[in-house]
Amino acid sequence: MTDILTYVYLLLGVLVMFGPVAWLVLSSFKTPAALLEFPPSLLPLASVMATVEGHAEPLQLFDVALADGESARLAQVRRVGLEAQMVDPAAPDEIIRVPIDQRTEVREFRLALSNYTVPLRQFNFATYLGNSVFVTVMATLITLIINSMAAFALSKYRFRGRNAVFLVILGTLMIPLSVILVPVYLVISEIGWVNNLWGVIIPGAATPTGVFLLRQYMLTLPDELLDAARIDGSSEWRIFWQIVLPLSAPALAVLAIFSVMWRWNDFLWPLIVLTRSENFTLQVGLNAFQGELNVQWHYVLAMTVLTLVPITVVFSFLQRFITTGIASTGVKG
Amino acid sequence: MNAAGLIMEPLQRVVGVKRMPWVFLLPNLAIFSLFILFPMLMNFYYSFTGGTQLFPTDRPFVGMANFERLFDCENFLNPNTCSEDRFWRAMRNTFVFVLAQVGGMILLSLLTAVVLNQKVRFRGFFRSVFFYPVLLSPVVVALIWKWILQRDGVLNALLLSVGLDPIPFLLDADWAMFWVVTVSVWANMGFYTLILLAGLQSIPAELYDAAAIDGAGPRQTFVSVTMPLLMPTMMVVLVLSLIRAVQMFDEVYVLTGGGPGTATMLLIQYIYTTGFATQVQRFGLAAAASVVLGLILLIATLIQLRVGRGSERHLA
Repeated sequence: MTDILTYVYLLLGVLVMFGPVAWLVLSSFKTPAALLEFPPSLLPLASVMATVEGHAEPLQLFDVALADGESARLAQVRRVGLEAQMVDPAAPDEIIRVPIDQRTEVREFRLALSNYTVPLRQFNFATYLGNSVFVTVMATLITLIINSMAAFALSKYRFRGRNAVFLVILGTLMIPLSVILVPVYLVISEIGWVNNLWGVIIPGAATPTGVFLLRQYMLTLPDELLDAARIDGSSEWRIFWQIVLPLSAPALAVLAIFSVMWRWNDFLWPLIVLTRSENFTLQVGLNAFQGELNVQWHYVLAMTVLTLVPITVVFSFLQRFITTGIASTGVKG
Repeated sequence: MNAAGLIMEPLQRVVGVKRMPWVFLLPNLAIFSLFILFPMLMNFYYSFTGGTQLFPTDRPFVGMANFERLFDCENFLNPNTCSEDRFWRAMRNTFVFVLAQVGGMILLSLLTAVVLNQKVRFRGFFRSVFFYPVLLSPVVVALIWKWILQRDGVLNALLLSVGLDPIPFLLDADWAMFWVVTVSVWANMGFYTLILLAGLQSIPAELYDAAAIDGAGPRQTFVSVTMPLLMPTMMVVLVLSLIRAVQMFDEVYVLTGGGPGTATMLLIQYIYTTGFATQVQRFGLAAAASVVLGLILLIATLIQLRVGRGSERHLA
């Protein structure tokens, strides 16, 4: 009994958690006309068109119940009130008049790929995509390097002020950027980084979380390794780069995954810093696009899918890594 | 060796090994000071200044005026009686949101964690299923649900198919709040499920064996073994989710824009619109509201430190 309830709950979970995403993906392949349908069809269906001799444009096909009880597949030339003028594609000269409730649209499964290609070509989405990739990659690299350098100093040296520095960093662990928006914006604007991707990248680079995570990991590395290298005449930088960093790979990987998630999904700060469309990241661009008066849902949906694909791919390859990493550190984007 | 080594090795000869830790700290500390520490202090200064200029020396000192404006209220429970009524609407909305979201989310994540902690097949798969939305960007989450909840959306089609009337979910104040809470639970519960599951798995099996030998039923075992031992993890989850809920912005902003009217406008959105998204940018008022928000978070953090002593690793 409990067994059945358990699996019912879990399967319901699959439906509730994946269902909305699946619905998004299915919808993103529908034509604008199909999106307007209510109630909607499950799969992306599109009307079948046929080229008929004597007509320049392709005509829409319908299954028609004719007056004599027969049924036929006809192409619609035009619709006049409650009557449709139709032709048989095989005999295009004769116009057949049909009441509109006697015909049903012929539809087939077809993916409206133009939902994806058009916004990438016409609406700057390729630029947004490029900006998002740039911000995510640069920010993650910078975060990894400067956080690991700081963590190295805080875990492998004894010096005056070490505990003070560590405590100050630890103390800001809970201070979100959202609480200090105005003064951070001041700094950015004084540097001249308003509307500049660096204004998005740099402020969040010195993550207290990253320093903390890496320091805790580096504390577990034996000091003897470092001392041995020093005796061999290694410089401090060489010790850091060639011994400590490679040994910290697991912690670096966890931080890298988090950083990619944080940056790719970041919204409020880019929204404030970036005001010109050519600098938007995907998230800001998507928001601007969906906020327009006439929302072009077919494009919005497709671009939303495009935005969630990278994270989904990363997750499907690294899910074990991510879930155990989060469970053991309690860190989240 | 790399390019950085070409700088760092001569540098070590100049400053000496003893000062090298400061060299390693420098880049992180510089960015940290400029973009976290300095703004933290500066934020207080802003909250005591007025005007519309951004640069601090261009701003007149106004003392407590911003705070007086924020707290000028005849009746704090009725935003209409406040000079800054939008702030108190945001406070009220945030309070309702936090209560409903944290409550609902903890119940659901606990239930899910308990279910996943049984001997189920494909546990890894199911765990990932519940976790997947956590990774999605808030903008994506909001758009997914906006599409589902709109008037001609699939949810209304389902309602219609079982004979109910369609509901304008995002245009009705109460429904909008309900969905804002539900969507953020949907998007975040996997994270807390994961932490609670880790907590459940750290409970030693011998305790369950002992309870079974003593003849305890499943309910009794849950109440007297599982719950007490899960308490520390529960507290961490409670405080973490509380802190995150107070700061909620992205999902809600994209899903409802704070609407209809101001029905779902939360604190961060108030700060954002007051400081950045209006013609007259009232930085002082925004900073003062940030200070209030900071105080709320500080209280939550202090509670966390009190209850979470020894679970340092759960800070995030």
